[in-house]
Amino acid sequence: MADLTQVLAAEVPLSWYLILSVILFVIGAAGFLIRRNIITVFMCIELMLNAVNLSFIAFSHMLKNVDGHIYSFFVMVVAAAEAAVGLAIILTVFKNRATLEIDEVSSLKL
Amino acid sequence: MPVSFIPTPQELLRFSPEILLSVVATALMLAEAVMKPGSRTKLAATAFAALAAAIALSAAAAADSGPAFSNLLVVDGFSTFFRILVCAAGMLVVLISSNYLKREGHESGEYYALVLFSIAGQCLMASANELIMLFIGLECSSIATYVLAGYLRDDRRNNEAALKYFLLGSFAAAFFLYGISWLWGAAGTTYLTEIRRLLLDPSAGINATVVSAAAALLLVGLAFKVSAAPFQMWAPDVYQGAPAPVAAFLSVGPKAAAFAMFLRILMTVFAPVGAKWEPVLWTVALATMIIGNFAALWQTNVKRLLAYSSIAHAGYVTVALTAMSDAGAAAAMFYLAAYALMNIGAFAVVTHVAGQGERHVELADLAGLSRRSPAMAAILSVFLLSLTGVPLTAGFFGKFYIFKAALDADLVWLAVLGLLNSAVAAYYYLRIIVVMYMHEPSQGLPELPAAAPGIRWALAASAAGTFVLGVAPSLVLDYAVASAPLLR
Repeated sequence: MADLTQVLAAEVPLSWYLILSVILFVIGAAGFLIRRNIITVFMCIELMLNAVNLSFIAFSHMLKNVDGHIYSFFVMVVAAAEAAVGLAIILTVFKNRATLEIDEVSSLKL
Repeated sequence: MPVSFIPTPQELLRFSPEILLSVVATALMLAEAVMKPGSRTKLAATAFAALAAAIALSAAAAADSGPAFSNLLVVDGFSTFFRILVCAAGMLVVLISSNYLKREGHESGEYYALVLFSIAGQCLMASANELIMLFIGLECSSIATYVLAGYLRDDRRNNEAALKYFLLGSFAAAFFLYGISWLWGAAGTTYLTEIRRLLLDPSAGINATVVSAAAALLLVGLAFKVSAAPFQMWAPDVYQGAPAPVAAFLSVGPKAAAFAMFLRILMTVFAPVGAKWEPVLWTVALATMIIGNFAALWQTNVKRLLAYSSIAHAGYVTVALTAMSDAGAAAAMFYLAAYALMNIGAFAVVTHVAGQGERHVELADLAGLSRRSPAMAAILSVFLLSLTGVPLTAGFFGKFYIFKAALDADLVWLAVLGLLNSAVAAYYYLRIIVVMYMHEPSQGLPELPAAAPGIRWALAASAAGTFVLGVAPSLVLDYAVASAPLLR
């Protein structure tokens, strides 16, 4: 494993990780706006948070500063708390309406 | 330098409001399990007392201000102001919630626990001095309010409000977090004061493009949280769908804390590159005022109308932010305090008049309120006049200081357009008063019961506050003016 880390660090420039993180974030944000299933929309948010984690780790490596690893743990904890609450909310919506299509959850006036 | 991880008593005192609120919130949930069914009113009383104690602790901490936990938190006049503001708003919300929950048959400890957790998060947002701490505070506050928005879980409107609030709130949090990540990548530190120092230092070699990108991402997240245009679309649905006391809470507590965060990030970190922010904030402020005020003109649902009005008020506060001066920060602080009083007051009347199951929240249901309940009609008129900005009410001085700060910062056009917007706002606020006093009550409305003591006290306190700030604004303004420069 040690060899692999060295190879990745030596041959994959930092910008690649950051570009990947931007791509992931954009896929997440676009999915949030385009997809119509509530669970998929929720997964898109998780994707955005993981893009953030990737950038934290990449910057951490670049700055030779271990703080970024700690930050990504914070993000994971918050994401887990958010998932618990979010799934509970989605469950109550499903119980009351028997649908997970976001367009059908629109009884409030626009 | 050796770093100690054991907090000193001094640090614990500086963090004591948050500790107290979290401990009491946890205790409330546990207490409910062993409580006799009849004694649930004690839960509200405990939450109320905890918030009062948190205000006292904030004041005690302010007497010995300074940083805590390796500078992650800072207790200064600014954080004390917002801590007291969100705790006081929480007290008013607890007062109007107690009777509401009894009426809807959903009285339980978790409601108050969530309110307290959320307020602990908001106190943290007000006192955090580091980006990750700000994010943790923001999420503590937001996650609790997502649940509160859908508190009556069998009510379809509540479900929908919670779902929309949750999805858009998490979306915004992801943007905010991504902004933090890039700012950290560019500056190598997450401490606000350090980032400011590096931005001011040309030899630090900070990549300006990356900082601008990070600032844009942070702005998206913050604009969502304060419901500023173009990210305001969640607010009307959430305020309309959420239980009325929760809508009162959402429109004041999280918004004030989010503005505290906005002010701290803007004034502490980005003041050196303020010229770049000005056109963006200018546009956001104007768009928010216009969207809020003009959309409110067509609303027939009172909660939805108040939601658009709250968007418009976020626009006025953003005008103060655009000034990017100490006077602007102080004006924003004063405005948020005045707005908290009058908006919770207005929502308290709506909570009472709506009746069981919130069936009467249309504007038509307020027709002839002056005859059905003269006191309610009179007091709602006071709050609406204050929201309009009529002299002798808190709202007047709020707007006065904001537009004065804007003029002093040479934002003449923004001030003029803001004033025109307040004139538009007068139309829909006065329309409610006209409906209450000039229209015949519609047939079939049930008799209004007498207001519960909680509602009466909340209304009396917010009306008194609205008048006091309208006559003697210096009580709050002097403190705001003294603490605004601390942001730098």
